[in-house]
Amino acid sequence: MDDVAIKVDHVSKTFKLPHEKSTSVKGVLINKFTGGNRGYERQEVLKDVSFEIKKGEFFGIVGRNGSGKSTLLKMLAGIYEPTRGSIQVKGNLTPFIELGVGFNQELTGRENVFLNGALLGFGRHDIAKMYDEIVAFAELGRFMDQKLKNYSSGMQVRLAFSIAVKAQTEILLIDEVLAVGDAAFQKKCFDYFMQLKRDKKTVILVTHDMGAARIYCDKGIMIEKGEIVKAGQIEDVAQAYQRMFNEEMAKVEGVQDGDADRWGTGKLQAVAASAKADANRIKVVVTYEAAVDTDAPVFGFNVYNSRGMNLLEGNTLREKINTKPLKKGNRTTIHWEFPNVLASDTYTVSVSACNGSISEFYDWLNNADTFVVSREGNTAAIVDPPIEATLKKA
Amino acid sequence: MNRIKAIFSKQNRALLSELVRTDFKLRYQGSILGYAWSLLRPLMLFIILYIVFVKVLKSGGNIPHFPIYLLLGIVIWNFFTEMTVQSLGSIVGRGDLIRKIRIPRWIIVFSSSISALINLFLNLLVVAVFMAINKVDIYRTILLLPLVLVEVYIFALGLSLFLSAAFVKFRDISYIWEVVLQAGFYLTPILYSLAIIPKVIYQKILLLNPMAQAIQDARWVTVTHETLTIHKLFAGGWYAYIPFILVIVFLIGGLAYFKSQANSFAENI
Repeated sequence: MDDVAIKVDHVSKTFKLPHEKSTSVKGVLINKFTGGNRGYERQEVLKDVSFEIKKGEFFGIVGRNGSGKSTLLKMLAGIYEPTRGSIQVKGNLTPFIELGVGFNQELTGRENVFLNGALLGFGRHDIAKMYDEIVAFAELGRFMDQKLKNYSSGMQVRLAFSIAVKAQTEILLIDEVLAVGDAAFQKKCFDYFMQLKRDKKTVILVTHDMGAARIYCDKGIMIEKGEIVKAGQIEDVAQAYQRMFNEEMAKVEGVQDGDADRWGTGKLQAVAASAKADANRIKVVVTYEAAVDTDAPVFGFNVYNSRGMNLLEGNTLREKINTKPLKKGNRTTIHWEFPNVLASDTYTVSVSACNGSISEFYDWLNNADTFVVSREGNTAAIVDPPIEATLKKA
Repeated sequence: MNRIKAIFSKQNRALLSELVRTDFKLRYQGSILGYAWSLLRPLMLFIILYIVFVKVLKSGGNIPHFPIYLLLGIVIWNFFTEMTVQSLGSIVGRGDLIRKIRIPRWIIVFSSSISALINLFLNLLVVAVFMAINKVDIYRTILLLPLVLVEVYIFALGLSLFLSAAFVKFRDISYIWEVVLQAGFYLTPILYSLAIIPKVIYQKILLLNPMAQAIQDARWVTVTHETLTIHKLFAGGWYAYIPFILVIVFLIGGLAYFKSQANSFAENI
């Protein structure tokens, strides 16, 4: 129990939604008169949700819009109270769920830094000390004495983010801030998140970007219709999430698939896959067959170790390999080859195919093949490349 | 004791001062004279009142220093109005904060009350200037004025807590309160002297209202001991304590209601 940062115990949240906006005394009197809450509809946004987040974990909460993930985050932040159940938090926790809370358009950038800082719990002296750093991080030196309404939205976000990173609480809540700012600022955000990860901070990231989830998170949960539908390693959660979208698409297309290791719309499927490793190279060969005519697809593969960690992945989009459209019944074979630096273990390979914009997965096949790497000597590390060392006399 | 400490923790104090600061910065935003308006505005209003009630209507009767007597009443009433009206809308007006960040809810009501207090002191400064011009003799009892103001503040705070919380659920409250304030303004001896009320029993009833009692007491300690106060009128009877009891009751009631509602502000706004 000592290493648990947050324990969410059978939490439910119900909102009373008025049928029509009747926030008036008359409305209430009428309701009382006609017998109770006739004007209300109860909506259960979260149903009996339980999970634990350990100290030092980068925890992802994924789910689509309206799934209840933001309500959950608001309850973690202490903005909403659970209707039933309890949330125990060990350590102090970011109080905000959005960047730039309380920003006032009529105040200057400088004034907003102090106001926002006070909302995050800093006194004027604390902020005065951090002020230069905040401005430098936001790269807004010239603009600080201008009113916020003259800032672009990107500038506002940069300022907000720069203040927020100063709020050094033990547990951080972050809600989809990755998709803002230009490339250079995103790099800063990325570095900041990586720093948090290295520092073993407890971070809760709410997102529907599976790329971000996979990069940062260790574990996670997926929420759908107010319930946890998947919990565990982030790779499993992210796959479940993508699978959900594909299954919905499959329902529309009428394709069924009973294989637990396989999901996708089935327009293009792997019919044969093999993975082989020698001491220096790893080769993965996959043959696909098209069930219908398809545009130029994207092929990919992932390699997992025996602990289920996603060690490396490749796809034709990233490697800038042009694929060709396939006619129904056509087959194509792709050969992947890359240096073998892996440590001794048994590895599994999953292979995949999706459309050009990666919005539809045609096929995802887990455990397509396995291979074994065995080397001399043991290592606890994931990779085990040849290492040379020379000693020189000083 | 620890809870009191938590209420006035460093973070809360910093937040409170920043909210009040922001409020003040925004109030005269875009005007050329800026902060000067916080003194100019009462000054000009007083001049109008002075002309209307002292020169034209001559409603002072034989009260000494009637202009000051009048001003003090208006300043205290205006403070009460400003504080309750601004607090009433404060929680809903700051919905952006309440929905997105965990801060003590009472700080928002408290910050609008502090803004009103600052305005009260600026107004009292103007009154002091008029007192000097009018050559009012300073009584030693003026030292009791802060106590009277504290009473008005506590009364207004209790009401503010109740009103701001109720306004989240019932938007009618703002209209109702407007009417109540208007009625209260005429039920309180501000523009007229209590002595013009024909029957003593009516005078007594009017003085049970904490605002009437406080304004009369403030005039007594500051302007003239000829002011009719609740102590004079009830001649020491226990009824004279009813306004004070009401103040405490409103404070406790307001606090209790606010506390019971505060946790659901975020979802109700």
